[in-house]
Amino acid sequence: MLKSRGDLIKLRIEYKDSLSAQSKKILVCAGTGCIAGGSLEIYDRLLEIMKERNVDCAVELQRESHETVGLKKSGCHGFCEMGPLLKLEPQGWLYNKVQLADCPEIVEKTILNGELIERLAYHKNGEVYPKQEEIPFYKKQTRLVLEHCGNIDADSILEYIATGGYTAFEKALFDMSGDAVVQTIRQSNLRGRGGAGFPAGIKWEAVRKLDIFPKYILCNGDEGDPGAFMDRSIMEGDPHRVLEGMMIAGCATGATEGYIYVRAEYPMAVERLARAIEQAKQLGLLGKNILGSGFDFDIHINRGAGAFVCGEETALIASIEGERGFPRVRPPLTVEKGLFGKPTVPNNVETYANVPTIINNGAEWYKSIGNEQNPGTKAFALTGNIENTGLIEIPMGTKLREVIYDIGGGCRDGAEFKAVQIGGPSGGCLTREHLDLPLDYDSLKAAGAMVGSGGLVVMDDRTCIVEVARFFMNFTQNESCGKCVPCREGTRRMLEILENIVEGRGQEGDIELLLELADMISSTALCGLGKTAPNPVRSTIQYFREEYEEHIKGTCRTGTCSKLKKLEIDPALCKGCSKCAKVCPVQAISGKVKEPFIIDQEKCIKCGACVDVCPFKAVKEA
Amino acid sequence: MENNATFNYSQLDELTGRAGNDPKAIIAILQAVQEHYHYLPKEIFPHLERKLGISEAKIFSVATFYENFSLEAKGKYVIRICDGTACHVRKSTPILETLRRELQLSEEKKTTDDLLFTVETVSCLGACGLAPVITVNEKVYPAMTPEKAVELLNQLKEEEKNA
Repeated sequence: MLKSRGDLIKLRIEYKDSLSAQSKKILVCAGTGCIAGGSLEIYDRLLEIMKERNVDCAVELQRESHETVGLKKSGCHGFCEMGPLLKLEPQGWLYNKVQLADCPEIVEKTILNGELIERLAYHKNGEVYPKQEEIPFYKKQTRLVLEHCGNIDADSILEYIATGGYTAFEKALFDMSGDAVVQTIRQSNLRGRGGAGFPAGIKWEAVRKLDIFPKYILCNGDEGDPGAFMDRSIMEGDPHRVLEGMMIAGCATGATEGYIYVRAEYPMAVERLARAIEQAKQLGLLGKNILGSGFDFDIHINRGAGAFVCGEETALIASIEGERGFPRVRPPLTVEKGLFGKPTVPNNVETYANVPTIINNGAEWYKSIGNEQNPGTKAFALTGNIENTGLIEIPMGTKLREVIYDIGGGCRDGAEFKAVQIGGPSGGCLTREHLDLPLDYDSLKAAGAMVGSGGLVVMDDRTCIVEVARFFMNFTQNESCGKCVPCREGTRRMLEILENIVEGRGQEGDIELLLELADMISSTALCGLGKTAPNPVRSTIQYFREEYEEHIKGTCRTGTCSKLKKLEIDPALCKGCSKCAKVCPVQAISGKVKEPFIIDQEKCIKCGACVDVCPFKAVKEA
Repeated sequence: MENNATFNYSQLDELTGRAGNDPKAIIAILQAVQEHYHYLPKEIFPHLERKLGISEAKIFSVATFYENFSLEAKGKYVIRICDGTACHVRKSTPILETLRRELQLSEEKKTTDDLLFTVETVSCLGACGLAPVITVNEKVYPAMTPEKAVELLNQLKEEEKNA
């Protein structure tokens, strides 16, 4: 139990020595992606082998420092595409797609003899990139919020402290007044990373000014946007950073309790946060009279139960209070009447994770990253039809082109880039013409999209944009809570029209009707979910109107919309072998053997079985 | 309400007690109940009403609002197909269709009659880097295809036979 600031400083020095005595380290990625690829089995196997071979190996940081090999489960390294990933220190090598069978060799060659195993290093275009920072995927990134992800043991408060963790909290608690902390955050112009980009400092200041107690610090970890997993990786990979950010917000605003709301689909984030809170309590960094300062603070975790709307802050609050997750009209603002009707600071995970670095390095330093109005970095989840999927962090204002081509490596299988969906179901899409657009709050807003939580789903020329719009509308329609009519009914009508279009029942005038409904819903819905629900439709119509028109006329250029597909047999190629007729599940194909067969379009369900079975490639899409 | 007798209320009280018997913790309490029974048996709602001092209607409204709560028993293996954006553009729908066809399930009928399998979709599991993914209970299976899904299904059936 740490009783004073001196105790914490002493502890930090001791463990820092112990950590630096670990001259060799193996960091096994224990993010969700790599675990699914078998990284935990790899961890166990490495431990086993090192025991067998009597290699002095430490799975936990010891107080007494001695020369040893550190074997750790780290947070997500980000390069999920290449998992399971292993980082080797001191060389800084990143091994990818590691298999269980590689383990003996890793211990023998790399750990004991410091040799590189070339086949496990990243290869691209005949070049080998052993070091993590040299890999093109990492080269253009600036990892501030994710600095620890992949570099320290995600489950160890001691390792967090040894690498400078809780120094910002210490500074805020002992060296700065609450006002000074709030002013630093204001001056840094840290904008909410949850989507809208509202300056965090303004929220903090509003809560600090109020003389109503208790006050609450609320952390929104209900990262519901499909295709986004930045917050998940932060909570799993560096849970203490989130806690530290919340604790700083607490001591700056006079709040004594914090709540983290994590979505149910993230069981590992809940587990690691719970363990982190437990560790902080045991050390006395959470609880009463923290480090003898007189400041009390405690953090609770609430698990979501599968409602996307709970990402909206008033709905989230209702959910914590044990109600259905219905949003409510604002004002009153959350900062004035939030959780349990008290003043509440609502920020998301990534926003809090930015706080410790800002307090440590100052507002000016923070503003030197990114651009004036949009300082700092942003984590994005890069997914979809892209070569390098994964978690990235870039300075605000990085150009889309750099993200897609330099970091992402372009589209899969050399396909042509078509669009990127940004900001999930509330966002819009960016096309080829936006490749030189800087990714920041203001530029994206001007282009009809938004940063959102940070999901970037890349689509190539084989993706049907109308189908994607239908997909998002289906999502928001499902997740509409039903409280207000514009969203409940409006999204349903929009979805019906989109379903008609992709299923070949589209009509002249549908596009105009969609746009009219979109305007109505955006201007009258109660909460952010409804207001932004039409965005994907509006933005896809804006950039791909001709594809909507083609669908209405009955064709899908990508062949995705199966109801618009028309399969025909080329009589010149057909040898009349009857294979297709035999495989057809609905008996839609008929003909005489040795003469060209025909498909009855009325019966055909476009399953494509005939295409696969035809030895002469005679069945084609018309 | 016919099978009231089958419920062990002291066990239930222990679950609610751990969440502090606080009406505000109703979601956490229902989560604990569901983790235990794998669904929310409606029969226990009157008991919860007395215990927590909130109306049965309120409990019901919360239980039906949130997607994760199920008032129907689920299968031993809950297969969830991610239909998040990333999985969707990497073709998750054929996987769902294949699994439904294999198990004779549909959008309405989610659980097999022998209570072995439940097939449902989930908005996003946040494992987008490995798309398309499915989970069986809590385990994540990356980069799935309809063929791999059938293979997995057969494997589970086999394990069940040998168990």
